[in-house]
Amino acid sequence: MAQIAQHDSNAVVVIGSGAGGGTLAHELTRRGIKVVLLEAGARQSLASFSQNPGEAFVQLTWLEPRTASGSWTVPEDYPGLPSWTAKTLGGTTVHWTGAAPRIRPWEVRARTTYGDVPGTSLIDWPIEYAELEHYYELAERRMVVSRRHGNPGFPASNHFKVMYNGARRIGYRQVHTGYLAINTRPADNRAMCIQQGFCVQGCKIAAKWSTLYTEIPRAEDTGNLDLRVASRAVRIEHGRDGRVTGVVYRDPQGVEQRQAARIVCLACNSVETARLLLLSESARFPHGLANSTDQVGRNYCRHVAGFIWGAFDKPIHFYRGTTLAGIIEDETRHDTTRGFAGGYHLELAALDLPSLPLAGFPCTMWGRDLAYFMDHYASLAGMLVNGEDLPRATNRITLSPSVKDAFGLPVANIHVDEHANDAAMRAHAQKQGKALYESVGALRTATSRQTPATHNMCTARMSRNPRDGVADAHGRAHDVPNLFLSDGSALSTPGSANPTLTIVALALRQAEHIAREMSARNI
Amino acid sequence: MNIHGSLPRRDFLAGGGVLYGLLLAGGPLSLLAPGRVWALEMKVLTPPQGAKLLSVARTIAPHDGLEDAAYALVVKAVDEACAGDAALRETIHSGLELLAVDFAARSEAQRVEALRSVEHTDFFRQARARTLGNLYTSALAYAHFGYEGEAFSKGGYLSRGFNDLKWLPEVPLEDSGPLVTQTTA
Repeated sequence: MAQIAQHDSNAVVVIGSGAGGGTLAHELTRRGIKVVLLEAGARQSLASFSQNPGEAFVQLTWLEPRTASGSWTVPEDYPGLPSWTAKTLGGTTVHWTGAAPRIRPWEVRARTTYGDVPGTSLIDWPIEYAELEHYYELAERRMVVSRRHGNPGFPASNHFKVMYNGARRIGYRQVHTGYLAINTRPADNRAMCIQQGFCVQGCKIAAKWSTLYTEIPRAEDTGNLDLRVASRAVRIEHGRDGRVTGVVYRDPQGVEQRQAARIVCLACNSVETARLLLLSESARFPHGLANSTDQVGRNYCRHVAGFIWGAFDKPIHFYRGTTLAGIIEDETRHDTTRGFAGGYHLELAALDLPSLPLAGFPCTMWGRDLAYFMDHYASLAGMLVNGEDLPRATNRITLSPSVKDAFGLPVANIHVDEHANDAAMRAHAQKQGKALYESVGALRTATSRQTPATHNMCTARMSRNPRDGVADAHGRAHDVPNLFLSDGSALSTPGSANPTLTIVALALRQAEHIAREMSARNI
Repeated sequence: MNIHGSLPRRDFLAGGGVLYGLLLAGGPLSLLAPGRVWALEMKVLTPPQGAKLLSVARTIAPHDGLEDAAYALVVKAVDEACAGDAALRETIHSGLELLAVDFAARSEAQRVEALRSVEHTDFFRQARARTLGNLYTSALAYAHFGYEGEAFSKGGYLSRGFNDLKWLPEVPLEDSGPLVTQTTA
């Protein structure tokens, strides 16, 4: 591993080691570029992943406080956890379920396709879909996505059999075991999935792609990576010319350190990326770094999400097997006869026993109603809605005026007033989900409300016009020529796809761009 | 929590006490335990408070076949949390005060009604979250609800029933994938 001096102003500093940051660090280092990778969390391993669901949650999750406001239901149902992100080397690629569908062609032209929907801040992406498609292919090959490029699909689990038969009975046609970045046969020097059902706790056989055991060790092998774990970036500094010059961070002992930088790439997951920009205010950028148009933190998207549960009178054991190996694509279309713009996926979703009552139901549910579904744990089926939510300028990340973290820095507040389009989509999806389960004999069905987002997006989005976003078509900040947005914050709109694949595709594209610009001495 | 062959001697802790009860005859714990009495030594809750809280937990998550011993684990967790958190202790103490002295002896309908009337208090939010957060985490709960848990050490569920459902038609291969059991190259 490289040792890069703190005063070395030729280093590229990448903050965050997940889908965006981990991939970018590998792509830059393999091109001979020296990278300092800062990760707030610790380094776990296949051996250290806990298989106790509660312990695993604590081991991998960003547990520092965040606050929430707005009319959405998340503050009431999940007061301590308005967003579920990771704090560990590998970031959310350690706890993700591996779902890797693509954003749809019309979704990157959301403003054009959906029109001027009142109360939204929709834009079109500054990238053509054909170009994105090229990077999707590269990302899918790298991550070994099932049902793509000759990779076999997942075998049908008990849980998927219920979903599949129900889906076909209510008329769906695009139903299969999903595009998952999880090996269905040994590949990429990693084992195949053995149907543990412990995707969210960290995959102990590394069948699921994670930067923790793919991109990051490969970056280390280049000799160009200086990885610093348990190192929390607290501020990005800039010089008189407005270019960033370095990153202030706390080392594992909590001592303040400063790493000089030629380029800084932010990949802290959308909530913390926006927070770090806001924390980096200065005389030149009084409202936060790269925020001259007051766009940092705005347009926060988190997908229309919510569970549908069906209780049956015959065993399913939905916890056995790959958590998300099932998807329905029929509703990922723009068809306003359904009463809303945009589309959604229905995705197979099981929860372990301890997590189900905490995450699966609204807080208003207790007593016999809740007990009924828990009593049917072994004969329960579940799906998660994953739909496109519409951006609003007022749905945003701000700095809390009152709550501070352990370093005395204001924590992120997540404000969401749900748009009527989102509510209509969730209602439609959950009605369809209930009908699906009833068609195969569900005794009872139940739904959750919006769940804490694992998909946090668009808070520093790419836009053609700086008025509408924070970054250009390559994720470079409109205001700061050597600052890049390299995670889900850069997505222009969320689409209906789980975002990891898109984040990786954009990171591959951005790495090419950065390397090209560095060689040309443009940055 | 301990399981005894006979009633334990009461240990007088500051503000604490011992909550005890009987194991369900023939239940999974009774088969393993040396006797039929379980006892929980509490750090800050008194026996009446512990008993009331146990009843609150059972009302929030009423599982008829589930032993009191499982709900006592919720009381244990709340008691331990209260011991290290004065604000929580006050919330729990004052919340329990709002409930009738004989809350635990009342009918389920009456208990539900009483809890509905405090549903928007911090006490209820804490009681609900801590009941749901602790009731389903034990080996006893796993066995009761039919959750097999960790599977890595047993080779996953690949050859242990992930696809043994027979009450619905099989999925065509084109919409799923081949069953591969040779897991290494």
